[in-house]
Amino acid sequence: MQKVNSPADVAKMREICKAAFARQKLRFLICAGTGCIAGGSLDVYEEFKRVIGERGIDVNVDLLFENKEIEAGTVTSGCHGFCQMGPLVRVEPAGTFYTKVRAKDVEEIVTATLDENAVIERLLYEKPDGSHAATEEDVPFYNRQQRIVLGGCGTIDPEDIREYFAVDGFQALATIFQEHSPEDVIEIVKESGLRGRGGGGFPAGRKWEAGLNAKATPKYVVCNGDEGDPGAFMDRSVLEANPQSVIEGMTIAAYAIGAEFGVVYVRAEYPLAVVRLLKAIEQAKEYGVLGDNIMGTGFNFDIEVFQGAGAFVCGESTALTLSIEGKRGMPRVAPRPRTTEVGLFDKPTLLNNVKSFAYVPDIIRKGAGWFKSIGTESSSGTAVFALTGNILNAGLIEVPMGIKLREIIYDIGGGIPKGGSFKAVQTGGPSGGCLPESLLDTPIDYDSLDEAGSIMGSGGMVVMDERTCMVDVARYFLNFTEEESCGQCVPCRLGTKQLLEILKDICAGKGRKKDIDLLVELSHSVHGGSVCGLGQTAANPVLTTLRYFKDEYEAHINDKCCPARVCTNLISYRIMEDKCAGCTLCARACPVDAISGEKKEVHVIDQGLCIQCGVCMEKCPKKFSAVECVSPKIPIPAKEKTEVVA
Amino acid sequence: MEERLSAVLSPYEGRKDALIPMLQKVQEELGYLSEEAMLLIARTTGMPESHVYGVATFYAQFYFSRRGKNQTKICSGTACHVKGAARVKDAFERELGISCGSTSADYEHSLETVACVGSCALAPVVVVNEDVHGQVQTGKIDKILEQSIKD
Amino acid sequence: MSKVTITIDGMQISADEGMTVLEAAQAHGLYIPNLCNHPDLKPAGLCRVCVVKMDDWKVTVSCKQPVKDGMVISTEDPEVQKIRRNTVELIVADHPMTCLTCEADGNCELQRVAHYVGVTPEGLNRYRRKIRNIPMDRSNPFFDIDHSKCILCGICVRTCDELQNINAIDYAQRGVTSLISTLGNKPIADSRCESCGECVVRCPVAALAPKGAQEPMYEVKSICSYCGVGCGVMLGVRGQKVVSVEGDRNNPVNKGSLCVKGRYGYKFINHPERLSTPLIKKNGTLEEASWDEALDLIAEKFSGSKGDKFAALASARITNEDNYLIQKFTRAVMGTNNIDHCARL
Repeated sequence: MQKVNSPADVAKMREICKAAFARQKLRFLICAGTGCIAGGSLDVYEEFKRVIGERGIDVNVDLLFENKEIEAGTVTSGCHGFCQMGPLVRVEPAGTFYTKVRAKDVEEIVTATLDENAVIERLLYEKPDGSHAATEEDVPFYNRQQRIVLGGCGTIDPEDIREYFAVDGFQALATIFQEHSPEDVIEIVKESGLRGRGGGGFPAGRKWEAGLNAKATPKYVVCNGDEGDPGAFMDRSVLEANPQSVIEGMTIAAYAIGAEFGVVYVRAEYPLAVVRLLKAIEQAKEYGVLGDNIMGTGFNFDIEVFQGAGAFVCGESTALTLSIEGKRGMPRVAPRPRTTEVGLFDKPTLLNNVKSFAYVPDIIRKGAGWFKSIGTESSSGTAVFALTGNILNAGLIEVPMGIKLREIIYDIGGGIPKGGSFKAVQTGGPSGGCLPESLLDTPIDYDSLDEAGSIMGSGGMVVMDERTCMVDVARYFLNFTEEESCGQCVPCRLGTKQLLEILKDICAGKGRKKDIDLLVELSHSVHGGSVCGLGQTAANPVLTTLRYFKDEYEAHINDKCCPARVCTNLISYRIMEDKCAGCTLCARACPVDAISGEKKEVHVIDQGLCIQCGVCMEKCPKKFSAVECVSPKIPIPAKEKTEVVA
Repeated sequence: MEERLSAVLSPYEGRKDALIPMLQKVQEELGYLSEEAMLLIARTTGMPESHVYGVATFYAQFYFSRRGKNQTKICSGTACHVKGAARVKDAFERELGISCGSTSADYEHSLETVACVGSCALAPVVVVNEDVHGQVQTGKIDKILEQSIKD
Repeated sequence: MSKVTITIDGMQISADEGMTVLEAAQAHGLYIPNLCNHPDLKPAGLCRVCVVKMDDWKVTVSCKQPVKDGMVISTEDPEVQKIRRNTVELIVADHPMTCLTCEADGNCELQRVAHYVGVTPEGLNRYRRKIRNIPMDRSNPFFDIDHSKCILCGICVRTCDELQNINAIDYAQRGVTSLISTLGNKPIADSRCESCGECVVRCPVAALAPKGAQEPMYEVKSICSYCGVGCGVMLGVRGQKVVSVEGDRNNPVNKGSLCVKGRYGYKFINHPERLSTPLIKKNGTLEEASWDEALDLIAEKFSGSKGDKFAALASARITNEDNYLIQKFTRAVMGTNNIDHCARL
């Protein structure tokens, strides 16, 4: 069977695909997310094909057409999320999970698996207690997670829609065609309590209902994949690893509101996501689950992919639709009609985030009650975070709402590496805030984070240790929003500029006593006066760092000291005489020749020449650790004045 | 040049909604957006030229002058920032002898910082041409360049 | 049109449905400070200076907020005052302090608004001043562009688009680097700009300023002498010289609009060689004469030329009313249909 001609065919398709893939006794899944590709996973994949092929096993066999059993196969999968340990290889059905696999390890893996039925311990993840995790599920990073949206990520081949069919793919779509009216679908989504995963947390069901009630036609379904938050990459992973779930979710939404056309807006920086999505769309049309006359029901829905051109503000719904129309992405000014009334090409438009759509098939198949049972009363389901920064296990995680920040950082993330200590965790990207140690027991849900001064956002979670300067972090975010502000309204365009200039001055030791008051005053006005969410939240990083780390601001302003030793204008590097062995490594590495000293003698940094690049500290061998960074600055001795003789 | 571009643009004749894909196609073809190319787009679509320029300059993806053969992009996402992207940037500037946002006189290299490339778990990240390099150390950037630059 | 009643700062006023809060306030002589609004253009809501508080909870821009019956508006709410003062401070901190030598001095919206919202030197001193240094564009023969004074209200862009349909300029770049620009930020003289100056008269500051402008002492209402449209103009006079021309907003023909010739082509009026008295040829040379002398001579000659040997050629450079009179005179007085007009050629 090549095509789904009726909703009932989906179940048949699933059985056929399942049976076919079951004929493969062993399967090596090589992660081909962007992170693992950077680590060389495509070479690993090629090597698997070569090594298995050498054994006379046809790795290119199409199981659906050739009814034969094969001993082993290999496919690329989407992102597993544990990018830091990549490239990752999963061996099925045992579930063995190898980390940091190089091409040279492949021969050994294949031999151990096929011939000896053994595992290679050195490639397994080593748990903090020194024991090894045999399977993915056994890794602490994974075992506290509950993966729904990320469920298919890493277990199926995103470039083969039949694998999606085999795991109940398009069953939800078939079910609604068979059993549900558009109103029913909306009722299910409402009941599930699904809130928009783009950051705002608007109840999805209510938005869909507004889409259905909108009178004008045609209507559009738009998927927001313009994931611009620095430090977030969950939408990318979903699009790369399981694009079919997004397509199915969008098609269900289209059925619910009566749309015939959809657009997925993908960031320019995500080329792989675009390739996989286009392939998935093409295959879905081939199999009759997208395009004209879907599943023979007479329902039409087509999806186009639009590549963004690099503007964070286009994550805002009205800017995004304007961008698709070929205009500058400047958000529409309120008071204005909702996007569900007047959106893309001024027509009713349902716009949701990638993850919001990706949840939908599961919600339909398993029921609203199932989804509601996960998470908290007001925030049901799971939350996906990109856990990064100064954290042992960086990667993509999915956890039930209501979990505490502490559990994420310590149980899943493994805490701070190299004996560092926790200082703050930043959620919500440039619109969010930095939360201190004392708030680590805050449960993760829309309302609690809001109360703490941060936001859920689209899911970036950056952990910062004591070497992170909070003034510098605020400066960093304001630099980002200043650059990304569309510039149309004054409070955002000039407010971010002014806030940034003040923060730059503070970081440079030129802060004034009244700056803190001005920062607060301006932050509130930028919040109250700006046109769109970008401006309204732009000052959040300033306000939260001021709320929880005011002493650092005061140290910068009053003592010209950067306690985290980050702000280059406030620090000096110094070689400790008692520790320097005179190895000359630092002097040779110094880009400005500021270090002098003979071999085996104590070296000295000329503070007048030093540019605080920190290379000396990096180069100094661990056993000596002779370079230290101090703040406030070591005063530069005044050069002796040479008298000018007239 | 005009013929080459006309071929690229012909499917979009008279369409005002496809401006961004058109700009992307032209940049793919030329490496950047020249004034002549933008004028041609304005003529093809019937849009005012000031509008074409306004849209093109709004988006960070578009360049308006010739770029280097090798392009190095330093990620300035939050995770990268926290893990020392500023130092990585300084090191690349010193190594290539050009400042961020510029192209070397011999058009060999262009260097820029970019918004998050979404490989945060590997921070700090640098993209040289098509290659993503993770956990970059300032001391090893010569090796990174060696590995990824085109001759 | 149905009427609604709204309350602004405790005062009940009646407004037409479909009006914005700002329009309703202005119709009753209530001032709400604003910079990016212009009555001829669609509201943009970008300067955020016209913020008001609606129904005691929502901060909204009065230029875009439609009136609703029973709505209560406060323009003096403390939150609103703070937002708009900070907003104006931000603009002023980003604006050159060259008021004394500025073309717009005394006639500057920013000055007016800054004064109204209570911008003080002490308040401004808290800010970092970092003004963009962009070279002036002096390429246009009639006006100069000074981007450093531009407050990006977009009135010029909207004028060029909504009123003139020329689109010579648009927003370019984004964020703090935004500017109003032609393609490639080339000199305005090389663009499709027709120098109508509609943007110049609407610019609230002196980012767009007429070259060598002089403040007139008084204005004289007149009709533009260039073409048959007959736009109403206000000639600005200083001493014996015409120093400016403005469109007459009350004239139903042009409602204040002018073209490049009507607005900037007035220098001929002051030209020394311009004829200002009739000339009569006597003994082969043209000699100055009084109007009475000239008209008498014409009347005398015309009386002897009635019938088809007479023909009249009318001009597009006089008003429609005058053209009407010429044909009436030709037909009724001179008794011929030999009448034609230069615009027919």
